[in-house]
Amino acid sequence: MPASAAGFCFRLVRRQLVLGLRRPVELGNPLLFFAMVVALFPLGLGPAPDTLADFAPGILWIVALLSNLLTSDAVFRSDLEDGSLEQLLLAPQPLYFSALAYVLAHWLLTGLLLGLASPVFALMLGLAPTAIPALALSLLLGTAVLSLIGGIGGALTVGLKRGGMLISLLILPFYMPVLIFGSSAVQAALNGNPAGPYLAILGALLCISIALAPLAIAAGLRISVDT
Amino acid sequence: MWTLFHKFGSPPWLYRLSGSILRWLLPITVVALVAGSVWGLLFTAPDFRQGNSYRIIYIHVPAAVVALAGYYVMAIAGAVSLIWRMKMADIAMRACAPIGAALTFIALVTGSIWGKPTWGTWWVWDARITSMLILLFLYLGVVALYEAYENKALAAKACAVLSLVGTVNIPIIYKSVDWWYSLHQPASIKFTGGSTIDPSMLYPLLFMILAFYALFTCALLLNMRAEILQREQRTAWVRALAGERGGN
Repeated sequence: MPASAAGFCFRLVRRQLVLGLRRPVELGNPLLFFAMVVALFPLGLGPAPDTLADFAPGILWIVALLSNLLTSDAVFRSDLEDGSLEQLLLAPQPLYFSALAYVLAHWLLTGLLLGLASPVFALMLGLAPTAIPALALSLLLGTAVLSLIGGIGGALTVGLKRGGMLISLLILPFYMPVLIFGSSAVQAALNGNPAGPYLAILGALLCISIALAPLAIAAGLRISVDT
Repeated sequence: MWTLFHKFGSPPWLYRLSGSILRWLLPITVVALVAGSVWGLLFTAPDFRQGNSYRIIYIHVPAAVVALAGYYVMAIAGAVSLIWRMKMADIAMRACAPIGAALTFIALVTGSIWGKPTWGTWWVWDARITSMLILLFLYLGVVALYEAYENKALAAKACAVLSLVGTVNIPIIYKSVDWWYSLHQPASIKFTGGSTIDPSMLYPLLFMILAFYALFTCALLLNMRAEILQREQRTAWVRALAGERGGN
């Protein structure tokens, strides 16, 4: 008797997490990337604290977006190479939930860590402490949306030899709304306005992407396994 | 109805049909574009504030309108090819992308040329301009994805998925950019001051929009015909066609 969809997804998430945690250095790479790119901005813009604090919401969000983009390429790659993706397509459980499980594991290993670590980087850029809760919350919500959208790009390009550049061209336009609302939430908190409405919109984007993105990811995986 | 449906799946039938459509649509398009341009550029009154520079509207607005509509044509063709596995829909979808990208580019460039005398700058991060720029990226993304696949049948499927994802996202992107703009700066420049365009300027504009739709259709059909011939180059009917025209 086949396992229930929920149990199957749970085991899929656990498998991805175990695989991720076995390579702690790779797990740290997105954070390291985040730290390095954040360090580029003071070098490029000048170390004046006022300028940096002004740009901090945008900088932090753009860097989070790039770090998510770079990891999206690898979500399905190793599983396509070792054949487990094909087994997943043959499994009786719906691919929709399996896709969701992959994305959830990806978010737990990248977005969650990034959201939790973001206050440190925010302080390095001189962001006012009042805006830090809004930053962390908006990143936690927003990176989940980014992981779902990135999953679509990852699924569509996983069968291709040179996916890296292509995936950015495909999915960056779809990242833009998240960037707008995410950085607006931080900006609002910085100006003393409530960040709630922006976080609510990010939550709404998350709901719609949870409902729709796995469909596109599943379709993309079916195409990619054919190549 | 089903016979028609099956006929649409047949390359030779579509090739002949598009040929007979183009035979009359192409001359009409050329005449309409020339007539519309002459009407708009020579026979309408100059705007009382912008003088003659506003006349670029007769290129700019039609290109923008058709560029937006083209994305939906592409997405619908993509949906048809995914749902009914219709080969001709693949070809239509693939043909839409470069045409749409070109029209979006024309709209952006003419807008920029228009912006210089009117607003005093080549580029403003206005909500509409930004969403047109994103539309250009979406079109180019479809082209890039299609070219990346070796197997063209899979390429078409992947592009169909991408263009459907885009359809869901376009309203979100459009709305979010709209809000972003109104958040960051007050609307100092109104793109359209309400619907206050004079009928003498409106009619040539509507005429040009129709002419651009016809242009889009012609370009789409020509593009599709080229693609059909390339895909079917090894079949008997294409060889017969090439023989008729005196090729080898």
